[in-house]
Amino acid sequence: MKELRPASLHSLGRVCRKTASAILLTCAVASPACADPLLDGGKLVLTNGISTIEGASGGGLAAWSTIAGMETDRAIGISGHVTGIELADYGWQSHGVSIGVHDRVELSYARQNFDTRKAGAALGLGEGYRFNQDIFAVKVRLAGDVVYGSALLPQISLGMHHKRSLDGAIVKAVGARSASGTDFTASATKLILSRSLLVNATARLTNANQFGLLGFGSPLNASRSLQFEGSLGWMLSPRVVVGGEYRTRPSNLAFAREDDAHDLFVAWAVSRNATLTAAYADVGSVATFDGQRGALVSLQFAF
Amino acid sequence: MMKVLKHLTPLACAVALTNPGCAGAQDMTGPQEAEVAKADPATDAAGSIDWEKEFGVEKKVPDPVTGELPVAPYETSPANAGAKPFQHSNMAQAFGGQAGIRAIVNRFVELNTTDPRIDAIFRNQDIVRLRRTLFEQFCYLLDAGCAYTGRDMKSAHKDLGVTRADLNALVENLQKAMREAEVPFAAQNRFLAKLAPMDKDVVTR
Repeated sequence: MKELRPASLHSLGRVCRKTASAILLTCAVASPACADPLLDGGKLVLTNGISTIEGASGGGLAAWSTIAGMETDRAIGISGHVTGIELADYGWQSHGVSIGVHDRVELSYARQNFDTRKAGAALGLGEGYRFNQDIFAVKVRLAGDVVYGSALLPQISLGMHHKRSLDGAIVKAVGARSASGTDFTASATKLILSRSLLVNATARLTNANQFGLLGFGSPLNASRSLQFEGSLGWMLSPRVVVGGEYRTRPSNLAFAREDDAHDLFVAWAVSRNATLTAAYADVGSVATFDGQRGALVSLQFAF
Repeated sequence: MMKVLKHLTPLACAVALTNPGCAGAQDMTGPQEAEVAKADPATDAAGSIDWEKEFGVEKKVPDPVTGELPVAPYETSPANAGAKPFQHSNMAQAFGGQAGIRAIVNRFVELNTTDPRIDAIFRNQDIVRLRRTLFEQFCYLLDAGCAYTGRDMKSAHKDLGVTRADLNALVENLQKAMREAEVPFAAQNRFLAKLAPMDKDVVTR
């Protein structure tokens, strides 16, 4: 066999190796991104958070500093979710999509559909009247990492959530000053591994009435106020977290009181790309109907 | 690698050229590697040309006793382990003592070297030494009665080109190895809490 091998094959192999090395070298030096897929899906499971009812990633009710999508710092990630809530007198459905860029910037869109059911008739809107809202949001991670780095440095992000109620005439008729508004959030989130505990604190400047579904501010009180969102989660396994959240809210409208909201949730990463969340949610009084609490189910796909 | 290249047909060569794959920096980490050292072309039946000599590949000979390849001299220090060890805890027990830690480390290394996401980083590395130093580090940090004699985390990961996604894959493999060894989840996380701040020395690109 050895004699039959043409000598030129050796030199060809050599040229090939050299050229291949040169290509590899060029690749690695000139274009460091060439080995990186657009969607790398490399994030640790659950560290992309759960889409909130306002579209931004978080814990379902509270916005967290997490960035949506399963990307790491060299790729982009995408995610989509759908959420349903059954309240005592109302029905809620929301869905949305997000893009995470380099685990640094999150862009999200969500649509909220709030079904007044029989309460709609009592409120003079007509049975089954639906309030709708679009929310466009951007979030930027400023520092830290949810999991890595010092346990004392949380992941910190700033967010802006522009909300547009699609029921301008009605929300103004019930006393809102505006049909659109913008919330500003600052969040700090950390997984305290030594305790298997996820902690989040968010400060929100907002003048939204019922998340914005009933417009923004009131003639007497148009300005934003500082509200707080806190979340605690306990990791039972790498794929299951149970926890609770609390969110304070302004009460701007004269005709109806607005309460703080809270929930108890269990989130299960069914796979790397799918997270199922079930929660007990309580938003208190909504448009004069008290005791609005019930079950939330949310499904999120992320890549 | 060299052995394979010798049997490359022109077709395979063309494929290699059109699809070089951008395997990344780890393919060029060079000579400090067990597999390369083992494939001695002098003993290769087809080896009329010493490719390693042709390309100036410096060969390292494994230590006959330990099987490890020589490394550049460095100062050993417990601080090289990258964290303070647990004290007065039941962590060593939760990991099954030294025997348990050794089994977890061996499984962890096996998972990493066979994980298509990150196996390229371990290719051509001294896996014998990795198993020993990793065991020492885990054993030391878990207060199971070992001294760590390896390099510090920054030097040990220099030139490996590890990304955040690579590190995440590695963490998942460690979680799997610990889970298979039935280390309680809370203890797994307490250990990960020791390792998590080392990311800045491990992730280099």
